[in-house]
Amino acid sequence: MSVEAAPSLRPQRGALTRFVSAYGQEVVIACAIVLLFAVVSAINPRFLAPNNLNTIVSGNAYIAVAAIGMAMVIITGHIDVSVGALIGVLATISGTIAVSGAPVWLAWVVPIFVGMGVNAIVGALIAYGRIPSIVVTLGMLSILRGGLVSVTGGAWINNLPPEFLLAQQRLLGVPVPVWFMIILTIGAFLWMRYTAFGRSLYAIGGNAEAARAAGIPIERRIVQVFMIHGAFAGLATILFATQLKIIQSTVPPNLELTIITAAVIGGVSILGGTGTVIGSTLAAILFSAIGSALIFINVSAYWLRAVIGALILVTVLADMLRRNREMQGAGR
Amino acid sequence: MTASRFLRHETILAVLVVIALIVLGAQSDKFFTLDNLLNQGRLMTEVGLIAIVMTFVIITGGIDLSVGSILGLSAILLGVFWKNLGLPLELAIFLALCVGTLAGFVNGIIITRFRFPPLIATLGTLALYRGMAEGISQARSVRGYPDWFYILGQGQSFGIPTQLWLLVFVAIVAAIILGTTTWGRATYAIGSNETAARFSGLRVDWVKIAIYSASGFAAALAAVIFVSRVSTTRSDMGTGIELDAITAVVLGGTSIFGGKGTIVGTMLGLILIQALKNGLSLAGVKSDGTIVLIGAVLILTILVSNVIYRGGTR
Repeated sequence: MSVEAAPSLRPQRGALTRFVSAYGQEVVIACAIVLLFAVVSAINPRFLAPNNLNTIVSGNAYIAVAAIGMAMVIITGHIDVSVGALIGVLATISGTIAVSGAPVWLAWVVPIFVGMGVNAIVGALIAYGRIPSIVVTLGMLSILRGGLVSVTGGAWINNLPPEFLLAQQRLLGVPVPVWFMIILTIGAFLWMRYTAFGRSLYAIGGNAEAARAAGIPIERRIVQVFMIHGAFAGLATILFATQLKIIQSTVPPNLELTIITAAVIGGVSILGGTGTVIGSTLAAILFSAIGSALIFINVSAYWLRAVIGALILVTVLADMLRRNREMQGAGR
Repeated sequence: MTASRFLRHETILAVLVVIALIVLGAQSDKFFTLDNLLNQGRLMTEVGLIAIVMTFVIITGGIDLSVGSILGLSAILLGVFWKNLGLPLELAIFLALCVGTLAGFVNGIIITRFRFPPLIATLGTLALYRGMAEGISQARSVRGYPDWFYILGQGQSFGIPTQLWLLVFVAIVAAIILGTTTWGRATYAIGSNETAARFSGLRVDWVKIAIYSASGFAAALAAVIFVSRVSTTRSDMGTGIELDAITAVVLGGTSIFGGKGTIVGTMLGLILIQALKNGLSLAGVKSDGTIVLIGAVLILTILVSNVIYRGGTR
């Protein structure tokens, strides 16, 4: 959780205050995770067993990875409700390549490019066709979901070669998905914060007209952001598809909502212009920690979604109250 | 102006509906039988009721993603009130409708009082309400309702499926409210420019709360009909119905940015979707193929409408 201390903050007056106001939501979630671990491990110490920690962090890594791309899309002021269906389609493509006898790396790499290709079309329809992103992605959701089932007939993919199962492997004793999650999160965070391209995403989401006046090619940028988002969906697919020995040819239900929720709870404003991918990754970890915690404190897992729903409302409320206070402070 | 009036979105859509009906009718002689058409009306009632109120929601510039979950929660509670608490079924239905309305009211309060963006508020309650349905039901279903209850979902009145009367009635009332009353004008005003509406003295928050409450009520009504139609309650009922409803509304020409849209458009969108689903399945296309087509139709209609609209005004 010390990850977020990394960016160099100007050491002016009240460095802590500045840090909290710049990364308020991330701090809130990090505290929530710590609190959750403290309370649940006090009730049931087995919660802290290495095996369980591993499950919590690596099991939801694919959601964290997909939420990075989603955060970028939302920061530019758009939304994508088709990403769950896209991941379902890409997983089937990946699995089909893996069992066909082709080299395993091909099965890992192709989904990334297919994801970029599909989302290039989505981005072009939004940017040049001037259709609202929710409409395009709603349509795309139907096309991908329906297409997947009608092509595969709902058949599962079995007999995946063991070397394909990347998510089950470890590097230096740490599960591969965790490496993916950490490296991609930090990389994307730095890229969005310190490059002109990354800053332009915030500019477009904050005020598209001002961004245009400043010379940012908005249409092209939107297509590019959706392609990057597609690449992250492809990366998430690798982690998702290689978890188990089978791939179900259906779209995981509500996956898109889980991914959007992770981004939003992580502090990405749905109105665009603000938020970081560190928050979305922390939120993804928080989700799986809650899911695991319910089991350890003997609450029926059927309540999981109710808890997450309440959590969305509470975190967003806390964020809004904090922003209101800051705005009043600035007004004085 | 007169030329652009003919090119209105509803007109394009009506032409599309007619073409679709002719083409689909030519594919199968079962399509234009009275039985089939009435049965399709039965199947589109639940989405229809939700889509009609969703039209109001989207015209105000909002969105309600929680309707599917409200449907599930109301359905589960209908079963719990009747079976587990032993209340008379009439009272259970009434209470289920109250719960749905209350759920919508809570959405309205969160959106207006706490200034949540509607997408976030209803995304949160989508998870919350569905989670409550799952938690309360613990994946158990309730069956064995008395016979009279099935009239609503499976029976007929005057030769027409009972729920179709309800859909037509609600559509007409909604069209009158939206088109001719001050409530309707207020709905458009809020969607076009909320700040201006506020300064003009409209009770913006009240109108919004009423609309979201109505959305919850419509979802609960759909739940009662759904339970009556399939004879059982399950906590996953209505999953994804929000996307079907939004598709129908947007296909019907309501702008997702608010300020523009009609009930007629929504009904045409609804009919087009149902006709495609039914006609293609009669023609031997699997339902998954139909879903692909509906997605494509949604994107293409808006694209064509955008091109014509821009050509006509600039």
